[in-house]
Order: sequence, then C-alpha cells, then structure tokens
Amino acid sequence: MSTADTERAYDQRHVHSHHHPEGEAHGTFKGYMTGFILSVILTTIPFWLVMGDVLPSKQATVFIIMGFAVVQILVHMIYFLHMNTSSEGGWNMLALIFTLVLVVITLAGSLWVMFNMNDNMMPVSAHEMRNAP
Amino acid sequence: MSAHAAETTFPPDSFYDTGEHHPQNGTMLGFWLYLMSDCLIFAVLFAMYGVVGANYAAGPGPKDLFDLGLVAVNTSMLLLSSITYGFAMLEMARGRQNAVLGWLAVTGLFGLAFVGLELYEFNHFIHEGAGPQRSAFLSAFFALVGTHGLHVSFGIVWLVVLMVQVRKMGLTEPNRRRLACLSLFWHFLDVVWIGVFTFVYLMGVLR
Repeated sequence: MSTADTERAYDQRHVHSHHHPEGEAHGTFKGYMTGFILSVILTTIPFWLVMGDVLPSKQATVFIIMGFAVVQILVHMIYFLHMNTSSEGGWNMLALIFTLVLVVITLAGSLWVMFNMNDNMMPVSAHEMRNAP
Repeated sequence: MSAHAAETTFPPDSFYDTGEHHPQNGTMLGFWLYLMSDCLIFAVLFAMYGVVGANYAAGPGPKDLFDLGLVAVNTSMLLLSSITYGFAMLEMARGRQNAVLGWLAVTGLFGLAFVGLELYEFNHFIHEGAGPQRSAFLSAFFALVGTHGLHVSFGIVWLVVLMVQVRKMGLTEPNRRRLACLSLFWHFLDVVWIGVFTFVYLMGVLR
C-alpha cells in the first residue's frame, strides 16, 4: 500500500466528520419552533393556574405546576439542548443520569433530614418547651 | 518476507477504529460535564431554599414580596432569548455570518432585559427592608436567584466576546465550537429558570 493510498483511505474514513468535528447535534427550525411553542404553553398554564387562582385545592395546583415544570425541562432538553442517547457516544446521557442521581439524593436527603430534625428537635414555642417530656 | 509483513500490518489508527464515531476533541463533552457540575451547585442552592424557605423570621414572605406579573415578563424574556439563540445556531449552520451576529445581538438584548428586571426586583426588595440579611428565606432566595442572575450576566459577557470574535475572524471552526458551547450554557440557564419560577415564585405565592 503506497503512502498516497493510505492517505486516501484515511481521508475517506474521516471525511464524514469534517463538518461535525464535535459530533454536535444540529437543530432544525421546526425543532426550535416546536420547543418554543411547547415551552410557551407549558409556562403560561402554571402562571395562569396560580395568578388566576383557578383550582380550589392548593395541593392539586402544586402537583400540577410541578408536573408542568418536569415536562418543560424535558422539552428544553430535547428541542434546545438536543439531548439524545447517542450524542458523544452516550457519555452525555451517562453524565446526565449520574448528575440526576446526585441531584435527587441532595434534594430529597436535605429536605428529609432537615424536616425530621426540625420536627424532632426544635420546640416550636416556649409553651411547648415547658411541656416537653 | 518484509514486504509481506508490510501488507498485513494495519495503519496504527485503523487498528482501533471499530467504525464507531469518536469525537476528535472532547470540548463539547467537557463543557457538558461542566454544566452538570453547575447543575449540582443549583441543586444545593435549591435544597437550601427548600429547607429554610419558610423561615421568615417574622419578616415579609413570598406572598408579600413576589410580583408574579414581573416574573412572567422575566420568564418570557429568557424564553425568547433561548429561541433567538437557536436561530443564531441555525444561521451558523448555513454559514451566514451577519445573520448570526444579528440574532446574537437580539439574544443579548433579551438577556440584558432579564438581568435588568431582576436587578429592579432585587433593588425593590432591598428598599422595602427585605434584603438578604432580613431572614433565612430571603438569604436563600437571594443566593439562589442571584446565582442564576450572575450566570446570565456572565453569559452576556461571553456572548459579546464571541460577537467580537465572529466579526473579526468569521465563522471559523473554533468560533463554531465556542458558539455551540455558549448555546448549551444559555439553554441550560433557561432550564434552571424553569425550576426557579416553579419552586420559588409560583409555589412561594401558593404557600
């Protein structure tokens, strides 16, 4: 195999990557607009629910707006950040999943531990403190 | 013998090339890892807000302070800046430099409007005696929302620097990579803001 042949073979193998050297996912106009319109809807409804005092139950409103937030975060991930399972050979997704595990441990752990500490160790009032066992 | 050996020996790079696409350089992955570490910073700030967010120290609470109309306008500023940055990325893929610069400028203006409204809100709170030193709730609020605002501010600085670079050197490969990194950063900040307006503002007013 001559040097020229080797170089040509090398070029053929690598030519596909010249326009996407980082393997970045490119969005399309349709993709961005879909994400934008979905985001507008998913933002407007929670604000309307809270500002308009639409539902009688606060508990229900809280759960619904939390649901909308999760869906909107997914919409942003897919349409704006172009997340998929194959970008960067899957390492993007792996790092995201690892981070989400840490985020859940941090949030749930902090709230759980501190709520219990508050509940068990801090007397709410002087009256309770006097009557504490 | 030596000629035969040369024929069967693979070039060094093809020996390991199993047909998978390996990124030539790991900038995008590295930047993604940075964003994930940033995500942890915000997770800790959200956790802190969740823990002390109801400790008003007999001071003003979310219901007395938050103006949801202003927050809605702020949210729309950030959302609009996200889509205009998306348009800049689309023009970059087409190689139209002036259109890229135009959309980047629009994105920067929306970002400035966002930071301006947030500073107005902070200023308003502090003048009402609801500064970060007033209660644990306000300390956590200023730390969380302020950190996000600082990120957006530095994003605007980065945006301006990139506009100068694109104007000077054109849409070169390094500039495209930098614009792609800032794109991730900008959209990531919008994702964090979804958490802020839901958990801090909307749920604060509901409480």
